[in-house]
Amino acid sequence: MKEKIQELRSIVINELKNINDLSSLDKLRVRYLGKKGEFTKILRGMGALSKEERPVIGKLVNEVREELEKRIDVIKVKLENEVKNDKLKKEKIDITLPGDKISFGHRHPLIQVVEELENVFSKMGFQIVEGPEVETVYNNFDALNSPENHPSRDKSDTFYITEDILLRTHTSPVQIRTMKEKKPPFKIVSAGRTFRFDDVDDTHSPMFHQLEGLVVDKNITMANLKHTIDMFIKELFGEEMKTRFRPHYFPFTEPSAEVDVSCLSCKGEGCEECNGTGWSMELLGCGMVHPKVLKNCEIDPDEYSGFAFGLGVDRIAMVKYGINNIRLLFENDMRFLNQF
Amino acid sequence: MLVPVKWLKDYVNIEDINTRELADKLTMSGSHVDSIEEVDKGVSNVVVGKIEKITDHPNADKLVITNIDIGDDNLQIVTGAKNINEGDYVPVALVGSKLPNGMKIKKGKLRGEISNGMLCSAEELGINSDLISKELKNGIYILDEAYPLGKDIKEVLGLKGEVIDFEITPNRPDCLSIIGMARETVATFKKELNIPKVKINNEVDDIKNLVNSIEVLNTELCRRYYTKVVKNIKIEKSPLWLRRRLIESNVRPINNIVDITNFVMLELGQPIHAFDLDKINNKSIIVRNAKEGEKITTLDGVDRKLDTDMLVIADRENPIAIAGVMGGEDSEVTENTKSILIESANFDGRNVRLTSRKLGLRTEASAKYEKDLDPNISELACKRVCQLIEEIGAGEVVKGNTNIYENKLNERELILRPEKVNSLLGLEISIEFMIDTLNRLELKSEIKDNKMFVKIPTFRNDIQIETDLVEEIGRIYGFHNIKSVPLIGSLTKGGKSRNREIQDYIKNSLTGMGLNEITTYSFISPRAYDNINLPGESLKRRNVEIMNPLGEDYSVMRTTLIPNMLDVLSRNYKYGVEKAWAYEIGNSFIPKSLPMNNLPYEIKTLTIGMYGETDFFYLKGILNKLFDLLGTDELEYIVEENHKTFHPGRCANIIYGNYILGIIGEIHPDVLGNYDIKEKVYMSELDLDIISFITKLDRKYNELPKYPSITRDIAIIVDENILAKQIEDIIKDNGGDLLEKINLFDVYQGKQIPSGKKSIAYSIVYRSFKKTLTDEEVSNVHDEIVSNLISELNAELRK
Repeated sequence: MKEKIQELRSIVINELKNINDLSSLDKLRVRYLGKKGEFTKILRGMGALSKEERPVIGKLVNEVREELEKRIDVIKVKLENEVKNDKLKKEKIDITLPGDKISFGHRHPLIQVVEELENVFSKMGFQIVEGPEVETVYNNFDALNSPENHPSRDKSDTFYITEDILLRTHTSPVQIRTMKEKKPPFKIVSAGRTFRFDDVDDTHSPMFHQLEGLVVDKNITMANLKHTIDMFIKELFGEEMKTRFRPHYFPFTEPSAEVDVSCLSCKGEGCEECNGTGWSMELLGCGMVHPKVLKNCEIDPDEYSGFAFGLGVDRIAMVKYGINNIRLLFENDMRFLNQF
Repeated sequence: MLVPVKWLKDYVNIEDINTRELADKLTMSGSHVDSIEEVDKGVSNVVVGKIEKITDHPNADKLVITNIDIGDDNLQIVTGAKNINEGDYVPVALVGSKLPNGMKIKKGKLRGEISNGMLCSAEELGINSDLISKELKNGIYILDEAYPLGKDIKEVLGLKGEVIDFEITPNRPDCLSIIGMARETVATFKKELNIPKVKINNEVDDIKNLVNSIEVLNTELCRRYYTKVVKNIKIEKSPLWLRRRLIESNVRPINNIVDITNFVMLELGQPIHAFDLDKINNKSIIVRNAKEGEKITTLDGVDRKLDTDMLVIADRENPIAIAGVMGGEDSEVTENTKSILIESANFDGRNVRLTSRKLGLRTEASAKYEKDLDPNISELACKRVCQLIEEIGAGEVVKGNTNIYENKLNERELILRPEKVNSLLGLEISIEFMIDTLNRLELKSEIKDNKMFVKIPTFRNDIQIETDLVEEIGRIYGFHNIKSVPLIGSLTKGGKSRNREIQDYIKNSLTGMGLNEITTYSFISPRAYDNINLPGESLKRRNVEIMNPLGEDYSVMRTTLIPNMLDVLSRNYKYGVEKAWAYEIGNSFIPKSLPMNNLPYEIKTLTIGMYGETDFFYLKGILNKLFDLLGTDELEYIVEENHKTFHPGRCANIIYGNYILGIIGEIHPDVLGNYDIKEKVYMSELDLDIISFITKLDRKYNELPKYPSITRDIAIIVDENILAKQIEDIIKDNGGDLLEKINLFDVYQGKQIPSGKKSIAYSIVYRSFKKTLTDEEVSNVHDEIVSNLISELNAELRK
């Protein structure tokens, strides 16, 4: 009996060596280890054995069975893996074929910059407000202390609708609107379209964009103005950027300053772009709100002070994206817009 | 404002400061430097030479051989110049010299003859050809004197040193002069100012014997009229020092008298005009407004028509100068002039500016006058001219003057509180520092009761109020020296208005759906309304007109963004862009009344325009998704057949409750023709102000269904004019609580469908939130829907 079992074991092990696919393996398992398989037959024939032999043989049969089942399982896993790998191999694709076309639009670069600027100021606690494009001469010039004979008031500089109504030449009238509508303290910025009598060329456009800021409170100083502008410039262009405040003149601020920022191309090293100076010139104008402007808005300049600043968004967008012709911003060529 | 550093040094001792530092510090104290230029522009190794001999070139007709004496040597130089003669003194570029145009001179042969150098033209020496007389422009620069041979040309011609170009702000006309910039230098570097003493040594005769009368009829436009006379004039070339100063300042030397007037204008900032006294009719001057139709030929030889707003200097009969702009040809100083009347006047800046603009004639003088000058320098400037004439022996100064100056401008006094200085600048500087700074600026001040009383000289008319003095102290202290301090005080809340939040949300949504954002001008051409086929009576043609537009194309404020969108699509189509999907958010301008007497409504408008890979329903889908995102998805599309911009059968008004939100449609083929687009274009224009009002961005969670749904399909044949909306309304009306959604999945006309009919198929989803529906419950509702479709629309069930 023992010999028979050992012989059967050898047969199975031998046959297993030639098995190459899962179905043959399964057939083999059924033939030897199945309910009607060879080993079952042996177990059934155990009745003819002696009392002493029965447990010994029984144990042996079970041991051999277990061993063979393990062997079969190992081969099964191996064959299954082969099948899986074959399948994966057949499913190989040319991953260099193009991806599907997904429609996704592009924001206009100029408006992106407007929003970026607004967001920086919003984080700094500034409220974002809006003013009309068609303005009164009073809000655009008079209330801002613009001299009556200032050339910017000429019809060759400013678009007029009537003698008293015009297309705003800057975003500064929003200062007047804010100061008239609200009581200090306030911190606002306002971006939008502005208009000047300029023919279209590479760097000029009769319509352009500005961003205006205004802070009015008790004890606001030029030192606060500098801090605010510094923070804004670092936030927008990077920590390494420096600013330079140069005295300048604007009718609606006193003192007034122009701000140069480290050259956006070379970050201050000096390059062709900045004529070797290391500065991007005149990026921003600012100053302490002129006491006459405060008075025009019924704010007492001895109680309150404030600062204001303004910058040309188009220029920042052009510098930022390396755009050399302002016309591109208003032509809206899809091949241009798709780049942003 | 060009400032030759050498000239500046005449008035302030800055030998210890190099030009770079000078420029940087002046920039930081308020005089922004645009550029610094070397006067010599890189000329090296060019010397004075004398042409000893000119002989023909044996091998070339157009060349000659010259023999040049340069003092310690004789050179043979071949040249093609035509304007040279033996005995001429000329600039000689030696072998190894460099010229501003990058040329390097090498030893060589020209057509076989040795040439050891080059004779130079003015241009080759980097001298602005405008500064050179006409005869010398073409050809070698023939020097005007027998200068020492071999001397460096840079010394001879004054091509040495640097010139700083300052950007002067419009409030500081006093800085448009060397003396003004010297004052700034003094204040910035704590130096002393050395103003030249104006003194005339000898005066002859009397002005009363030479001039009959001088009258000013308009003292508002002519605030001061000061004159002196010089006789026995000898018109000559100016001395070298004078010509150098002018050339360095980019002014062309003409003759001694004209050069001196220009010199004084540059030095003191006061424009001076010299009339040939003998050519002034009756020796009388009247400053008055021009008469209607009057004409004058100005110094530049141009006939100019004057109008009554313009101020002129006239003799008894005719204008002889346009006040503050340019003199007349008839009274010009010429070689034959014997006596001159020197005018040092003060004119109203605005009037000069308007006159100069109307005539299209901007001069050095008008550029200065238009900034409003200090009337108190007129006298000094006039006397300075006389002094210089006397000094160079160009004439004899006549005793006396005329001085019409009705409203004398006097020094003013301002009070400055030291605490105001510190509180505005954010500094803690002492009152002594403030006083010192003001005094450096010639703003004489003294302290009384802890306040400063500051005298403002008339040349600083820009200082009007206390804060102006704060700026003066601040800029000399240096804004760059103010330490920045964070804002403290009341907290303010940042952020955007609700409308802006909604706009930004819409932009992001449309971007996600594949549309590009565009931005176009707020003004359009009124012809655009014709191009989009708006009928003549359309309200959209009532618009805000610009009085002085750049041209018709930019002459009215848009009442709709559709024309701009079509322009953009048309341009892209022309460029061959296959697909253009775009939107713009901008203002439409609607007048409240016409003619305008108040500001117009500015309505935020969203316009979407598309061509390529799209159709009406794609655009409708975009809008539906957008409104779904905005929480306002119960839109209605109502057929619109009368909007002339759109295809009459493919256009709808978009309605939400009682609001008309806008319009959607396919652009009418006629309109497409006007814009040269040969593709179908779909467009929608929406009123964002209303949309913002109805937008609901707040979200509440709806419980998810627990019980399964049951779907029934239905296909019916109806008359082709029945709208999908009619069918859907019936389904909705009869579906009750169990109806969850309806999906149209097929519309068909053709085979098997009788003509004039269409087949339309929906799947209808039923669900209860309370229990699992039985077939019977669904059938009850579904059959009701079917029977109503049959009875109301005469529909036939398709099997």
